[in-house]
Amino acid sequence: MLELRDITLVHPNGHRALDGVSLRVARGERLAVIGPSGAGKTTLLRVAGTSLRPSQGGLTVLDESPWRLAPRQLRALRARIGMVHQAAPLPPRLRVVSAVLAGRLGRWPAWRAIASLLHPLDSAGAQAALARLDLADRLFDRCDRLSGGQLQRIGIARVLYQAPALILADEPVSALDPASADGALRELVAQCEHAGATLVASLHALDLALRWFDRIVGMRDGRVVFDLPRGEVTREMLQRLYAGERAPAPDDLDGSARAADVPAPELMCR
Amino acid sequence: MTARTMAQPRDPLARGRLTALVLALALLWPALHIAQFNPAALFDATSLGVMGGFLAGFFPPATDAGFLSLLARATLETLAMATAGMALAFVLAVPLALVVTRSLSISRIGPGAGRGPAAALRAGARLVLTVFRACPEVVWALLFVRAFGLGPAAGVLALAITYGGMLGKVYAEILESGDTRPARALLEAGSGRIAALGYGLLPGAAQELASYTVYRWECAVRASVVMGFVGAGGLGQLMDQSMKMLNGGETSAILVVFLLLVLLADGISAVLRKVLA
Amino acid sequence: MRASAPAPAVRPARNWAGMAVLAGVLAAVVASFAWLALDLRALFTAEALASMAHFVAEFFPPDLSPAFLAKVGWGTVQTLVVSALGTLMAFAAGALMALPAAGRWGLPARAAARFILNLLRSVPELVWGVLMVLLAGLGPFAGVLALALHTSGVLGRLFAEALENAPPAPEQALRLGGSGAAAALAYGSLPLVWPQWLAYGLYRWEMNIRMAAALGFVGAGGLGQMLYFHLSLFQQAQAATVIGAMFVLVVLVDGGSARLRRTLVAAQA
Repeated sequence: MLELRDITLVHPNGHRALDGVSLRVARGERLAVIGPSGAGKTTLLRVAGTSLRPSQGGLTVLDESPWRLAPRQLRALRARIGMVHQAAPLPPRLRVVSAVLAGRLGRWPAWRAIASLLHPLDSAGAQAALARLDLADRLFDRCDRLSGGQLQRIGIARVLYQAPALILADEPVSALDPASADGALRELVAQCEHAGATLVASLHALDLALRWFDRIVGMRDGRVVFDLPRGEVTREMLQRLYAGERAPAPDDLDGSARAADVPAPELMCR
Repeated sequence: MTARTMAQPRDPLARGRLTALVLALALLWPALHIAQFNPAALFDATSLGVMGGFLAGFFPPATDAGFLSLLARATLETLAMATAGMALAFVLAVPLALVVTRSLSISRIGPGAGRGPAAALRAGARLVLTVFRACPEVVWALLFVRAFGLGPAAGVLALAITYGGMLGKVYAEILESGDTRPARALLEAGSGRIAALGYGLLPGAAQELASYTVYRWECAVRASVVMGFVGAGGLGQLMDQSMKMLNGGETSAILVVFLLLVLLADGISAVLRKVLA
Repeated sequence: MRASAPAPAVRPARNWAGMAVLAGVLAAVVASFAWLALDLRALFTAEALASMAHFVAEFFPPDLSPAFLAKVGWGTVQTLVVSALGTLMAFAAGALMALPAAGRWGLPARAAARFILNLLRSVPELVWGVLMVLLAGLGPFAGVLALALHTSGVLGRLFAEALENAPPAPEQALRLGGSGAAAALAYGSLPLVWPQWLAYGLYRWEMNIRMAAALGFVGAGGLGQMLYFHLSLFQQAQAATVIGAMFVLVVLVDGGSARLRRTLVAAQA
């Protein structure tokens, strides 16, 4: 389903974002990537989502080598990958219904996409996706009327509507309060179970990671430190992973998710 | 379209958009009729043939010596027309702008006589500026050609009037939009308007005023060519004649020179604006 | 404005460049008048003024007979429609061209699109007018085409620049989801640039109402053609009415466009 073989990514300024990362994810698995800031979690997801090209190493996504594909086939592949971005990239004047329907742009012909912009062609579908995140009543509002947390949930709704085979979520609940975060993750996991999707998410909140995900991958300084089923992750491992970071220590696993250094989603909406 | 098991929620914007669409179509139909919209005419064999022959003549452009010297004279004439026209426009615009600018109005400072008449004068001057601006310069040019005969004089005067109106309005806007307190202080202390302008408003606004003037000169060069089509001389008149004779070679040569001239004016304008900054 | 310094006053360097520019400009102006051999004083001799006064007097009173007013009204509507249709077509064409011109289909397409747009806007409207009259015959259709061709060059370039200045993140996120270029643009960048595009379109309409009148001179119908016709026949009274109508039309369109722009700005809030 998803396989990274010895992936290395060096930025132009010399910084090694990923260093020899190997990972294999089977279909239907639920994987959480955790680690301190700058560990390379976002970079990992972006490489897996074909947004970034690695400097070295092999990548197989959904049984394809993305960098060998023709543009049209790459497009088709990307339509089957759903990215939940840390800060929802939604233009302010776009309406929520169109923002959610945009999930299927990879499957719709251009004329249908443009027509749907003028008159939404599947507002029921969009509403169903939003209902799973308690936002059904904001269906026809404009994005600039919503808070950062609501926008983040709309980003998730878009991916749910897209119904992809692989979901890559980068800090998907960083701006949500604990109850909403729980609910959102529940929906993402349900998408896995009922639609057979594979889910890889990076999270800051360790309690959420341990509660919802079967497999935990710890990253630090661009390397995979451990890759274990959740039952085998010990407190010592977590403390070593986060050693030296000022984020909530592994001891405070009391359910308070703190978005330590996530840029406010509002910045994207300008 | 996907099968729907539940009803589609109603889009609140749908009705408004539908109405707008219906309205637009209702207006479009007669509009197409009024404009004698007839795409079929574009594919008429004879006119395509004429057009094709004309366009084919574009290559090579005419380069015989006699024509080139005509071209050079016409270019200089166009440039001279634009410059002279702008100079006159400036002369017209400045006094009008001075009258219209509220920041130079003595009567508006505090109570005192003369408020009513002064406001009326300002309104009158504003009206004059609007009238000058409303008619396109080509129309003025046509009128002046009828009055004074063919030649660049008509174009110069047409530019003077229309661009005088534009310059006057924008000068007044620039003078009013900057920091007006120095001027006001000077006026309150009893200085005359010109002094208030020179010491109060000008230092801050000079760059913007100059920048706009240079930009207008660039537009004037283009407008001069357009006015030539109604007989005001320069490149425009030459192009009109060549096109009427369906001489593709001459037309393409003039077009090339025109494009180069516009580029030149653009370049001079950019340099001047940088220097004046 | 230089504040007087208490320290030993050093004379600020004179702005040599500025003074040189000023001198150059003055020289150019003088040279222009000389080249054109324009003797403005000849304009103000008694006989010149008298003949001008006579010329102007012929325009008054303007012909306000109902039959002629109806014709002028029709010409006004025709000019208005020509300007509106031409601008509308140019808006659509410019929007379509903005996609490649903003680089969404790669660099070669961008260069080609920009070249075409530059060509379209460099050729003045009247030249397009003459060409379109050749192609489509006399009448307002040629005017619509001429305006559409020239203005699409102008608007296409403005639209493309607005697109290139817009933040790319929303559109890129959509491309990453497998969207095609056009759909990603429509959902990602268009909502950001749409108010600007509309403002440009309305502003061009204001310019085009003037050009639509002028295009009549080369045979594109409307008020311009009427004016040319009546002036050629020395029917100054009728010409005066037409000029008055032009004036009213321009003022109306300017006002309407300004009001539309204000409501649009308010709607964005």
